[in-house]
Amino acid sequence: MTSFTINGKAVRIAADDDTPLLWVIRDEVGLTGTKFGCGIGMCGACTVHVGGRATRSCITPVAAVEGAEITTIEGLDPAAEHPVQKAWRNLQVPQCGYCQSGQIMQAAAMLKDFPDPTDADIDAVMTGNLCRCMTYVRIRTAVRQAASDMAKGPARTVGA
Amino acid sequence: MKRALTIFAALAALGLVIFGIIAWRPAIAPIARPPATSFQATVVQRGAVLASAGYCASCHTAQGGAPYAGGYAMPTQFGTIYSTNITPDPETGIGNWSEAAFRRAMRDGVARDGSHLFPAFPFDHFNKLTDSDIAAIYAFLMSQPAVKAPARSNSVPFPLNIRALQAGWKLLFFHPRPFEPTPAKGTAWNRGAYLAEGLSHCGACHTPRNFLGAERSDKAFAGAAIDNWIAPALDRTNTSPLPWDKAELAAYLGSGVSRYHGTAAGPMAPVVHGLSSLPPADIEAIATYFADINDTAGKTIDPAPAVAKALARNRAGTGLTYDPAARLYASACASCHYNGAAGIIPLRPDLSLNNALTLDDPTNLIQVVLHGINSKDGAPGVVMPAFSHFSDADLARVAAWLRATRTDKAPWPDLEKQVAEVRAQGSEGK
Repeated sequence: MTSFTINGKAVRIAADDDTPLLWVIRDEVGLTGTKFGCGIGMCGACTVHVGGRATRSCITPVAAVEGAEITTIEGLDPAAEHPVQKAWRNLQVPQCGYCQSGQIMQAAAMLKDFPDPTDADIDAVMTGNLCRCMTYVRIRTAVRQAASDMAKGPARTVGA
Repeated sequence: MKRALTIFAALAALGLVIFGIIAWRPAIAPIARPPATSFQATVVQRGAVLASAGYCASCHTAQGGAPYAGGYAMPTQFGTIYSTNITPDPETGIGNWSEAAFRRAMRDGVARDGSHLFPAFPFDHFNKLTDSDIAAIYAFLMSQPAVKAPARSNSVPFPLNIRALQAGWKLLFFHPRPFEPTPAKGTAWNRGAYLAEGLSHCGACHTPRNFLGAERSDKAFAGAAIDNWIAPALDRTNTSPLPWDKAELAAYLGSGVSRYHGTAAGPMAPVVHGLSSLPPADIEAIATYFADINDTAGKTIDPAPAVAKALARNRAGTGLTYDPAARLYASACASCHYNGAAGIIPLRPDLSLNNALTLDDPTNLIQVVLHGINSKDGAPGVVMPAFSHFSDADLARVAAWLRATRTDKAPWPDLEKQVAEVRAQGSEGK
């Protein structure tokens, strides 16, 4: 039995302790915005926030998040208006879109640590999020645009 | 010849009798379980804090079991020893122990019935506790719910399982003496020493033991292997690139996180949980004590040079690379462990500064990578995922690469074999 909150809602999950958090999010909680990519923490498609930190949910055992606060792409912003999401739409970043919830969650978490990231920062932090459509150049542009929007815009709370 | 044999036999018999006299301890009469109301609430409360900072529950609770009901397995080189039930159940716990019996157990390692306890129970530290602290812990334990849980049999082989022989061990290695303050060191240091050497028994993990399992006083806090982890040295031989000063010690012990040194994991995680019940002044006191032990006390530790070096090393593996080890790092580790030119960001543990990479033994690094860190341990509320899907070869590859790019140390030998061994121990390390 593991209890945690997801997008602000308290849940209690009866899955085995070593069940990957990703399975719980998709199959038990029913939020399917978070994607299964490689299953070994090497592609980033399953990235969610645990305690505000970008975390690969496919290799995080559910028991490890006891008491934690989890945010998925569905909970990043109530109106899907997070600056990263807006930049994603404005620049038409996704091609097939499979990796984008992981990319967005990773980028949103990164901007809290690096509000004004250099290209080296973006590359280092985002390299673990693979995009088979090779939209990396647009991803990097969108991250920069989100950063400048956040710097300009009114102070707001980002993510959880 | 016959005469010599007779004399030898007589001497042996005499020796046995003398040893018997030395080893013998009387039983202390059982009492009726004192009602919880017989203890003052303030004393019970103080006992709860002390029991927490002595981690009683960590060893006296089996995984998933009732608190303090025992059954936790402690693998030792002499066999597996199971902790016992210290709830106030009269039959299977300590319900019929008087305070005097409890005090004798804490001070001398002798159970109420007069049998010697194994030193897996750290009476070699608890003997330093004051009467009033022992009384408070007793009051707290006797106020807990009684749980019927008979002791599990230890797997210590004959003849080591003869408890009377522990008297011999005590003669050799156990020299109880109450804590004696060193006034010149100041109040905080002395409080820290009392907690570190007594109640919180830091040396039980961080001091190496001799072949009979006794702590080597000549090597106090020199670091040791324990419970399938490495308890790093707390003295000046600590291998951290940035020395642990009082401020970082206090931050780490008080919150589980040091900005520079990383987070508490493995058997250190319950230590931080236990210490969290202490007032901040006590955490500061322990930090004061260890800053003296590791020789940083009174010195200004400027983190800038070590941090600059770490940040320069941090670049390795973040650009375009065809090195398979660097690519593993870039995909699996960098998103969390990278730090930019601006400095080291809290909750981005910089691997160049982390002890797990500079220890002579790679065990701690392998443990953390394989099993991750859950939200209760380390930095509260955040996790490190478990990279157990890595093959032994891949984990060894990334560990070797980190050692080479993040430290000045010699490569770890036989890494792949070590990974396989740590993996075989399982996630709980017990």
